[in-house]
Amino acid sequence: MIEVENLTKKYGDLLAVHNLSFTVKKGHIWGLLGPNAAGKTTTMRILTGYLPATEGKASVAGYDVFEQPNDVKKIMGYLPENVPLYPEMTVHSFLNFVAEIKQIPSLQRKEAVEKAIKTSSLESVRGRLIKNISRGFKQRVGIAQALIHDPQVLILDEPTIGLDPAQIIEIRQLIKSLKGERTVILSTHILAEVTQTCDGVVIINEGKLMASGSLEEIAASLQDKEGIFIRLRDGGKEKVEHFQNIPGVDKVTLQDDGYNIEWERGKDKRDDITRYIVERSWSLVEMRPLAMNIEDLYLKVVSGGRQQ
Amino acid sequence: MRNIWAVCKKEIKTYFTSSIAYVAITVFLVLVGFFFHSLIWWFNTQSMQMARNPYYFQQLNINQMVFSPLFHNISIILLLMIPLLTMRLLSEEQKIKTDELLYTSPISVNQIILGKYLASLFVLLVMLLLTGILSIFTFVHGNPEVKPILIGYLGLFLMGAAFMAVGIFFSSLTENQIVSAVLTFGALLLFWVLNWAGYSAGGIWKDVLNYVSFFQHFDDMTKGILDTTDMVYYLSFIFLGLFLTHSVIQSRRWR
Repeated sequence: MIEVENLTKKYGDLLAVHNLSFTVKKGHIWGLLGPNAAGKTTTMRILTGYLPATEGKASVAGYDVFEQPNDVKKIMGYLPENVPLYPEMTVHSFLNFVAEIKQIPSLQRKEAVEKAIKTSSLESVRGRLIKNISRGFKQRVGIAQALIHDPQVLILDEPTIGLDPAQIIEIRQLIKSLKGERTVILSTHILAEVTQTCDGVVIINEGKLMASGSLEEIAASLQDKEGIFIRLRDGGKEKVEHFQNIPGVDKVTLQDDGYNIEWERGKDKRDDITRYIVERSWSLVEMRPLAMNIEDLYLKVVSGGRQQ
Repeated sequence: MRNIWAVCKKEIKTYFTSSIAYVAITVFLVLVGFFFHSLIWWFNTQSMQMARNPYYFQQLNINQMVFSPLFHNISIILLLMIPLLTMRLLSEEQKIKTDELLYTSPISVNQIILGKYLASLFVLLVMLLLTGILSIFTFVHGNPEVKPILIGYLGLFLMGAAFMAVGIFFSSLTENQIVSAVLTFGALLLFWVLNWAGYSAGGIWKDVLNYVSFFQHFDDMTKGILDTTDMVYYLSFIFLGLFLTHSVIQSRRWR
């Protein structure tokens, strides 16, 4: 659905995006992650046709962003980082204006505006001037304008910024509900958001692609070891030695009165370990895979854990 | 066409909900009313004096003695006010980042510029039409000629439209509205007085300066002379202003 190929963008001498390539499948929600000034916003601006790229290709739903910008703009909804709102307009007249310039035929316009107001819960402020409504409402008006023409593709630059926790959950739910029928790219600094809503991520730093794929795929490529965490009813230092002696186990460390046991990726030792425990009649209280959490993963990728 | 109308409608709404238009129109009408009043008063005293001499009385002409100077006065007020009416047209979009919405919508840069330009013309039209009430007054109490008045108004409108094209161009250059207004005012005043340099210049330069200056073209029309040269001058000025605006916006995005 969204294909980016060797995209490069220079602002004068500054290289904002460098040779970026990734694809997002139809119906998927992807997160665009990276530190500040990594090139996330620039990438999104190129995809939406706001900025032309210096080099490379990008296409959305088969339309080339540079050759057929109008076709792309018709099927795309965009929420920029700075929500574009006219302070002197009311919420309703603003959405009506957006509906007009997004080419919604006049007969369906009223219905589209009402639907956008409803999905973004803006009923209570529909007649108020935008300059007089709160930050959270402004953000929601921004989301409403991105959704108003029922776009197949949504590009959301930090959609939950400035919202309170309840609203964040609401917006996340809204984004999740788009899954399947719409393709979404969102950028965010809230990593929990990514694990909850996204099918995959693109991590960029200094304009370069650091990793892309589903979280599991990225985690797999980052770690050469996998492992489990085990807790026994009567654990202790001396048992570290025991686990160490199981053939194939590389590393055992004591952590929070339990054990992190690691082995080389692909050589699963879980059966051996459980058998070992059962044979000695130790009582097992807890056992879970040692997953890399998203924060670790992100930091590792951004700090150059893997270069492509 | 529908896109131009959507932008235009929104822009007119902004002019009127943000009270810019009301304030501008009111101040404009007060000033025009004042000038009109003093001109009529002057015309009155003149006609009293001349009534004693039948030869001079023949020379009395309300078109030449009231309307022609009034149009000149209005043109000066427009010169001062139009930069303030156009300064926000594109500057504000940049400043509050709404240009990102416009340029990512299926609507062309030309449509955006034209929509905004037409909205500013609408305000100009309202301003000029409301001063029309004053001329109705002269028709009730006197007998001016209609044609020179209409041509004078056409001249005012065309010149105001050219001013606005200059204004929208400067507002595309900067996100600071004050800078945009100052640049517009400076450019307009310069074009206005360019023919002064024509007095000292000789040969072809004199003609060139006279042609480029606003003043000469406008002066003809206040006297009721309709010349295609003047029309072509204004229309090409408008076209040039809008074309440059378009180039500025396009080049900024490609930078």
